[in-house]
Amino acid sequence: MDYEPVIGLEVHVQLGTRSKLFCACSTEFGSEPNKNTCPVCLGWPGSLPVLNEEALKFAIKVGLALSCEVSSRLKFDRKNYFYPDLPKAYQISQYDMPVNKGGFLLVEVKTPEGGMPEKKIGITRAHLEEDAGKLLHEGIKDGSLVDYNRAGMPLLEIVSEPDLRSPEEAYAYLVSLKAILQYLEVSDCNMEEGSLRCDANISVRKKGETQFGTRAEIKNMNSFKAVQKAAQYEIERQINVLENHERVIQETRLWNEMKGQTFSMRSKEEAHDYRYFPEPDLVPFTISRETVEAIRQTLPELPAGRAKRFMKDYALSQYDAFVLVQEKNLGDYYEDCLKEKGNAKLVSNWIQSELLALLNAYKVSIEKSPVKPKDLAGLVRLIENNTISGKMAKDVLPAMFETGQSAEAIVKEKGLEQVSDTKQIEAIADRVIQANPKVADDFRTGKKQALGFLVGQIMKESKGKANPQLANQILEQKLK
Amino acid sequence: MSDNLHQLTLKKAIEIASKQSAQPILKTLTERIKVLNPRINAFLRFDPEKIFLPSPAPYPLPLSGVPISIKDNICIQGRQTTCASKILAGHVSPYDATVIEKLKNAGAAIFGQCNMDEFAFGSSSETSAFGIVRNPWDLERVPGGSSGGSAAAVAADMAIAALGSDTGGSIRQPASFCGVVGLKPTYGRVSRYGLIAFGSSFDQIGSITKTVEDSAILLNVLAGHDHRDSTSANEPVPDYTQALKRDVRGLKIGLPAEYFVNGLDPEVAKSVQAAAETFKKLGAEIKSVSLPHTQYAVAVYYIVAVAEASSNLGRFDGVEYGLRVPAKDLREMYFETRDQGFGQEAKRRILLGTFVLSAGYYEAYYLKGQKVRTLIRQDFERAFKEADLLLCPTAPTAAFKIGEKMEDPLAMYLSDIFTIPVNLAGIPAISIPCGFTSSNLPIGMQLMARPFDEETLFRAAFTFEQESELYKRKPNL
Repeated sequence: MDYEPVIGLEVHVQLGTRSKLFCACSTEFGSEPNKNTCPVCLGWPGSLPVLNEEALKFAIKVGLALSCEVSSRLKFDRKNYFYPDLPKAYQISQYDMPVNKGGFLLVEVKTPEGGMPEKKIGITRAHLEEDAGKLLHEGIKDGSLVDYNRAGMPLLEIVSEPDLRSPEEAYAYLVSLKAILQYLEVSDCNMEEGSLRCDANISVRKKGETQFGTRAEIKNMNSFKAVQKAAQYEIERQINVLENHERVIQETRLWNEMKGQTFSMRSKEEAHDYRYFPEPDLVPFTISRETVEAIRQTLPELPAGRAKRFMKDYALSQYDAFVLVQEKNLGDYYEDCLKEKGNAKLVSNWIQSELLALLNAYKVSIEKSPVKPKDLAGLVRLIENNTISGKMAKDVLPAMFETGQSAEAIVKEKGLEQVSDTKQIEAIADRVIQANPKVADDFRTGKKQALGFLVGQIMKESKGKANPQLANQILEQKLK
Repeated sequence: MSDNLHQLTLKKAIEIASKQSAQPILKTLTERIKVLNPRINAFLRFDPEKIFLPSPAPYPLPLSGVPISIKDNICIQGRQTTCASKILAGHVSPYDATVIEKLKNAGAAIFGQCNMDEFAFGSSSETSAFGIVRNPWDLERVPGGSSGGSAAAVAADMAIAALGSDTGGSIRQPASFCGVVGLKPTYGRVSRYGLIAFGSSFDQIGSITKTVEDSAILLNVLAGHDHRDSTSANEPVPDYTQALKRDVRGLKIGLPAEYFVNGLDPEVAKSVQAAAETFKKLGAEIKSVSLPHTQYAVAVYYIVAVAEASSNLGRFDGVEYGLRVPAKDLREMYFETRDQGFGQEAKRRILLGTFVLSAGYYEAYYLKGQKVRTLIRQDFERAFKEADLLLCPTAPTAAFKIGEKMEDPLAMYLSDIFTIPVNLAGIPAISIPCGFTSSNLPIGMQLMARPFDEETLFRAAFTFEQESELYKRKPNL
């Protein structure tokens, strides 16, 4: 039986405002526990929330970037439940009137056929809410401690429609969403520090079925890859359940990264009744169209637009453009290389094939790359003007990476300049033909592959310095 | 003279203190509290050593060091603020409420914390976890509530003036029972920052004073926008003492027909009718108006206000502050802490509020309640097209006997039947004495005004007070 997975994602993004959502406390990460707190975010009796307008602005930015309808009225609600990390026993959130609703995100997923079709994933809503604190258990006997530094941090919860049909699509959605958030500069999207968190609603149904199956909500995934793996696991689990003629239970499940499995946390019957009602401490107010339009004017170029521009202006393939724009800093790096007069196509290739591999190997981010854009552009220029061969350049780049020197300096130091002196190469060619009469004859009688061997011999004798194209031409001429 | 310092109005006390010092006033009050408080229990905490005295200023401050007493649900930095609940016993507030800051800046001495119904849940001050408050006019009777401690303290001359809070009548009803002046300003007129919330969309801090003039003097200090309270209004603050004119000529005063019905004590009805006659005699126009949705007010209030309360009181969970009863796990700790920490009435309201917000009941109760609230607000808007002020009894009866209504919550709730609609609509109202019963218990009348028209309230209340001179009568203690 063929099954189709149905996936919807809920992403919590911590907005990068300087102060918390309803008080003036700092949002700095890594402070000593409970340092960034005040009566408001600690929920002390008598304290009242006041909205951080910067957070609202950030939320609207995201809404506009996701083509959402921005609400004309801003209203908050209380979500009531008891937990020690929730100081007021309610979270200020938005229930029936989210600041953004009804948008979409274009996602590109590589198909087995090699294409990268765009798919429109609906965005149900993106609403503002405050974060809770954090329980600390480690090394504490007889109980837990609470760190409220995170309590009251501004979050935007972005909920997708159940439009995703594979773990790969889910992964691609997260990559695209993260890219947009970074371009908007509203969040650092650091999953390790918890500034981006994702829950997945997953169900499966038989192919052709129009009704959704019963879904499970999967939590506790700490990376995009984990989301993909958890989704894969959960889909298989649900298919197994159905194949065994059992029913999928609506429940919340936790992903266990170590075991690579999801485990039941609570069923629907045990689900909370959050008793939502309008937050009386924050009076609803009107968001004027002028405000929204003014924010729209501040939107930067977004990844999709940038990719289209790269394809048009620099003749890049869809895939190359896609890779370069997904991380804003990588796209910036690329464009900085072009400012240094690097060849657009070559620079793209060198970034994607060689530089990214080095960055990965050394676990360095692109903005901290020891090879600066002007140096990579310099390397590409040396290849273009035949000072070094592409093959040699593959040895030069790691040296640049390790030393931080320019390509010119390394080429000069190691004497790697390409030999393009015709006489020098002709002399080597003569020696090579003499030493390999059989191969030379093969070429003369039409075995074209034989030329490659002879070129290789020239390269070997010149210690790789001979210009391969020139060697080719000279050999062909001599063997006519 | 010094023997009578406790009897001073705020106005007179400021006059004396600004010329000499507030010290003799503080001393006299301290002595009086020592004698009377054991009988009345108006103060939960009173430590003469711990009075916040204003810092010396190079220029005269409006309150000149005169002491003001504070209801125990308004946060004072470094002081216990308990809402008369066991769950907050020993809880020391880390910050000052905005009104406390304002009082301090105006040169007031912060002087004693007043008893109240637990979390302001009650109309008799009998739900306090720290002992009931007695009415200075008859120690066998309640002072009203929930600001019963504040009202009793002012009525018994143990305080020059006091702050209270009013969610459904908690300033006006005790003011009425104790024969003093109680003002509930317009919702948003005074910052709620630092007032421990009961019903956030109803709560308003106000004053209990000996005279209308004192009420105006205090509102001058308390009123104004506060950036820490999003519900506080950014409306200009006039000098309210300028409104104290002995003149009601041309004022249109409406008597809401729905308020003069069965269940209203005949003596109270007579007294308020007589007050209307007085206003008429002084040149006001008296007319009948209708507030057709009045009958739903108490029901709606006990849906919406308790819904908010159930949420507001969630934070008292034993985790961060206040009482924590150790137990085997977190769930048990919540249960035990809240079971032992909250009194009967608090539990009743938390349960009621939790119920009306529950899935499946929200639409039928909370949402419908909000709709009816809008109708009640519209009743007032219409009435205020015909009249500048509305006049009615503050409460259906004078002070009732201690214990009389404790076993009958509904009867207790109905004692706020005339004050609750005001909070539902968010308008300002004042209760001032308008007479006495045959057994020498004060009767209060309530004047209501348009939003942010406290000036007209003061003008009419001041005129009546000067005419009746009822403020001169004191309980026999």
